[in-house]
Amino acid sequence: MAAAPGAAVLPPSEVLNRALLASVFVIAACGLVYELIAAAASTYLLGDSITQFSVVIGVYLAAMGVGSWASRHVVSGIVSRFIDIELMIAVVGGFSAALMFLSFAWMGTGFRVVLYGLVVLVGILVGLEIPLVMRILKERLGFRDLVAQVLTFDYLGALAVSIAFPLLLAPRLGLIRTAFLFGILNAVVALWAVWLFRAQLRRPVAAASRCAAVLVALVAGFVSAENLTRLAEDQIYADQIVHAETSRGQRIVLTRWRDDLRLYLNGNLQFSSLDEYRYHEALVHPGLAAAPHARRALVLGGGDGLALREVLRYPQIESVTLVDLDPAITRLFADAPPLRALNADSLNSPKVTVVNADAFVWLEQSRDQFDFVVVDFPDPSNHSLGKLYTASFYAMLKRRLSARGMAVIQSTSPLYARRSFWCVVTTLESVGFEATPYHALVPSFGEWGFIIASNAPYAPPERYPFGLRFVTPEIHPALFRFPKDMARVPAEVNRLNNQALVGYFESEWRRGPSE
Amino acid sequence: MDRRDFLGAGAAVVAAGWSGGCARSRATVPPGELLSTGHALGHGLRDGGLPAPGESRKVRVAIVGAGVSGLSAAWRLRRAGFEDFEILELEGRPGGNARSGANDVSPYPWGAHYIPLPTREARATRLLLAELGVLRGDPDDPTPRFDERALCQAPQDRHFRLGTWEEGLVPLAGRTKAETDEWHRFHDRMQAFKAMRGRDGRRAFAIPVDFSSRDPALAALDRVTMREWLLAEGFRSEAVHWLVNYACRDDYGCAHRDVSAWAGIHYFASRDAQARDADPEAVLTWPDGIGFVVRGMVERLGLRATPDALVYRVEEGPREARLGVYLAREKRSVEIRAEHVVWAAPLGFLARAHADPSPGKEAGGEVSLSGLARAWTYAPWLTANLTLSEPPYVHHGAPLSWDNVIVDSDSLGYVVATHQGVATRPGPTVLTWYLPLSGGSPAEGRQRLLSATREQWAGAALADLAKPHPEIGSITKRIDVFANGHAMVRPVPGLIWGEARRNLLARRGRVHLAHADASGISIFEEANDRGVQAAEAVLAALGERGQSVRWAGS
Ligand SMILES: Cc1cc2nc3c(=O)[nH]c(=O)nc-3n(C[C@H](O)[C@H](O)[C@H](O)COP(=O)(O)OP(=O)(O)OC[C@H]3O[C@@H](n4cnc5c(N)ncnc54)[C@H](O)[C@@H]3O)c2cc1C
Repeated sequence: MAAAPGAAVLPPSEVLNRALLASVFVIAACGLVYELIAAAASTYLLGDSITQFSVVIGVYLAAMGVGSWASRHVVSGIVSRFIDIELMIAVVGGFSAALMFLSFAWMGTGFRVVLYGLVVLVGILVGLEIPLVMRILKERLGFRDLVAQVLTFDYLGALAVSIAFPLLLAPRLGLIRTAFLFGILNAVVALWAVWLFRAQLRRPVAAASRCAAVLVALVAGFVSAENLTRLAEDQIYADQIVHAETSRGQRIVLTRWRDDLRLYLNGNLQFSSLDEYRYHEALVHPGLAAAPHARRALVLGGGDGLALREVLRYPQIESVTLVDLDPAITRLFADAPPLRALNADSLNSPKVTVVNADAFVWLEQSRDQFDFVVVDFPDPSNHSLGKLYTASFYAMLKRRLSARGMAVIQSTSPLYARRSFWCVVTTLESVGFEATPYHALVPSFGEWGFIIASNAPYAPPERYPFGLRFVTPEIHPALFRFPKDMARVPAEVNRLNNQALVGYFESEWRRGPSE
Repeated sequence: MDRRDFLGAGAAVVAAGWSGGCARSRATVPPGELLSTGHALGHGLRDGGLPAPGESRKVRVAIVGAGVSGLSAAWRLRRAGFEDFEILELEGRPGGNARSGANDVSPYPWGAHYIPLPTREARATRLLLAELGVLRGDPDDPTPRFDERALCQAPQDRHFRLGTWEEGLVPLAGRTKAETDEWHRFHDRMQAFKAMRGRDGRRAFAIPVDFSSRDPALAALDRVTMREWLLAEGFRSEAVHWLVNYACRDDYGCAHRDVSAWAGIHYFASRDAQARDADPEAVLTWPDGIGFVVRGMVERLGLRATPDALVYRVEEGPREARLGVYLAREKRSVEIRAEHVVWAAPLGFLARAHADPSPGKEAGGEVSLSGLARAWTYAPWLTANLTLSEPPYVHHGAPLSWDNVIVDSDSLGYVVATHQGVATRPGPTVLTWYLPLSGGSPAEGRQRLLSATREQWAGAALADLAKPHPEIGSITKRIDVFANGHAMVRPVPGLIWGEARRNLLARRGRVHLAHADASGISIFEEANDRGVQAAEAVLAALGERGQSVRWAGS
């Protein structure tokens, strides 16, 4: 870069030096933040923090190496190259998190390509920029000063971000916003550089307007980050999202397509309004219709109020306690009109008391007796949920049942998870229950299993309530017959100290139906 | 400028950024307290700066120490219908090395945290657990049933090695065939020792130790170190040495190069208990560790101790023993005259407090109590309780377990206080991090232990835990630290089957030693059995004849 002709119009060199060093600080901070965002996003989407962090950092450092090697090929117009690169980093880095989430939603496995593509691209660009700043500065500082000062600001920038990222940025702003914010900073540095070197640039106005355009795009992204998250989820969930929120670490998403309402918790389908009646009728009626003496009922899980709706069909039921962990779910299903229509406003019934608590903990402290209990927990897919299917839990349940009381337990699919299903039967028997298994076909779930647990042997009901669409006396016997492919298999008792069920469940859902 | 320097330095900064522990400076470790034993008060023993006793009172039996052994002695006396006893405890709370704490997240242990399935020889322990509702049914049942809630929930343990968590404690992943074979050979040797009986017909390695065979061939193992024994038997692989060393550090607080081979093998070969509906490797544990049992003895069995009472002088007379007791709350001393004393505090303190330096007639020889006590050395330990706003992040590999061991570390890893809970959604928790200072001599360990501040130990705990959990710094809200300079007796060669312990046990008089020190191995069942044994000796001396609750052989 020939400095001589333009030297007279340059700003005072002290100010310029400081400005450049400040931008080194910002550049270093941005460089690190994109790397952390990529690593954190891939951990969030793929799991396994250690692998994600090491691979992303490794790839990123290698790309930086490529970039810095490539910088030697930039020979002329260093300042305007520097501004271009800044802008590119602003765009690519700023949009990186949003791109990652959207690509995960749309491309599934192709996500990794986008992830590493972005990491490589940002890495190369960041690798280019520092040598360029150094070369711009070299004309103004001695070499020793240069290295010392650039390194100092580089470290300080990295340090600031490495502290702020886990403590402030990721938890407060989220990854998508953080990326946009730092993109904006990059663009501001570019704009500033245009201003500082305006005399040297061939077309400063064009450069400035490019910067402005990038800034506008990034600010727009920052403002609409929430919509972008939505957009990604809209894609992950095929149908239109009518409600989404995160409560106590659980992501609640409600979708609608025509007249099909669907509830997903952490991405797992809980029900589809098209066939949920099959599930909830099968869950409640074979038991409750056979317990005409029942007055006091308990529903564990089932905060959607759908099982409750079925329980409330029985006028002799005087009170129902519903225990569900998540207040957001019970609130949603008590307030939203389409959901209240679906559950027949059961959560607002004067007979119903809603308790938001952990069912095991609540049951342990409860002193009440119940005549009928619906146990409708998520499948035992991890050790925490597995506790709700243990002998300990059922022994406690038994203590809360009145002498002629009865409980019904949703127990995953006897077809897809055959040993898991019979493990629950075996476990109920181990604490002295009569266990009566049955099953029903719920199209959106598949063949589903339930177990009635009672102190006395189970006798089928004489009649079913009026107006049911699925369970009737005619089909009743078929529900209680198990074809060969779902017939009983031996299984261990599921206990807190072996969690046998979680092991069965994991291996069976990976494999599919058994022979 | 050299680009590589820049990259290297950049990588270091990044590493610091996500290893959490390093990015935080020492000044910013989470808040917490430093706890220590009442031994500072105990040093009054040495300095003699305590007021002379004013009043004098009488009790038939005085029990010194409300740890597991003292409480067990009281339990045994009460079982015999004997109520005229008083427990004197130096600290404000009972428990000793089974002490525990609690905050609004969870109760948590400070020391002892589990009991393996009790062997048939540990009959007193089985009986006590039955009284506390932990063992269901007949305590002499070869395969008794235990309260499902007391059995450690699955998954029980995992270890962190080569960047990932593996199930269990045996670090075999990625080992060569030769190494795996050697591990199996070691395992088979230990199984053989487990089944072995000495020429006297007793089990080779039993819990309590005194029910073990006295076969000289076996006792010879007490003359070499565990490391020497392994090498002599051709065990050289890193996996076997790591595991054995880990076991010694875990149970005895010292390395396998210091522990006697008899004690080292005892760890693997003594636990042969079975239980209905549980693996033989199952253990009993509670959120506050063995603190649960201590609480049970105090609250459910109603065993009360006089707190803040330091016994600083013991005089054994022909008709009674006189104790000098400093009551720290009232800042005065009293004299307590008792027909019998159950000494359930460390042996070293007895040696210092005892007025008569000669060991009693039957002890044979000139060795004084303080001479005998010199054979007992103690391992320093540090425990830290970290209160977390949420559990460590999930990542691939074995899931969070009760016991989480870091292979490449001086620490033993951590146990999770809320593991025994039944809440479905993981929430805030407390991790108890254990560090035996087993690197050098016990004195060096104590020096290290006491010269570092709470902040430094808290920082060390965070740095250690950041290896598997890079996020640990940002989710830890509080770190309380407990420094215990004399946490447990070290079973070095010669202690268990040597002369000093033999002489000590042969000692007769009005003072009955109940502490786990008398066994040479510091575990719950030893402390419990020692307490019961001392109480039964007292009962016998008082003419109360009854059946022993201890193991009577099969
Ligand atoms: C960190 C750690 C972890 C452990 N983990 C386990 C485990 O998981 N499982 C297991 O089985 N064992 C474990 N142990 C060992 C177990 O805690 C002990 O074996 C057992 O608690 C010893 O009980 P004790 O009554 O013999 O002695 P101590 O616990 O030492 O009790 C002695 C009591 O006497 C009091 N005292 C001392 N001097 C005086 C005096 N002069 N006057 C009045 N009172 C006095 C003390 O304050 C104390 O309360 C662990 C120990 C430690 C330190």
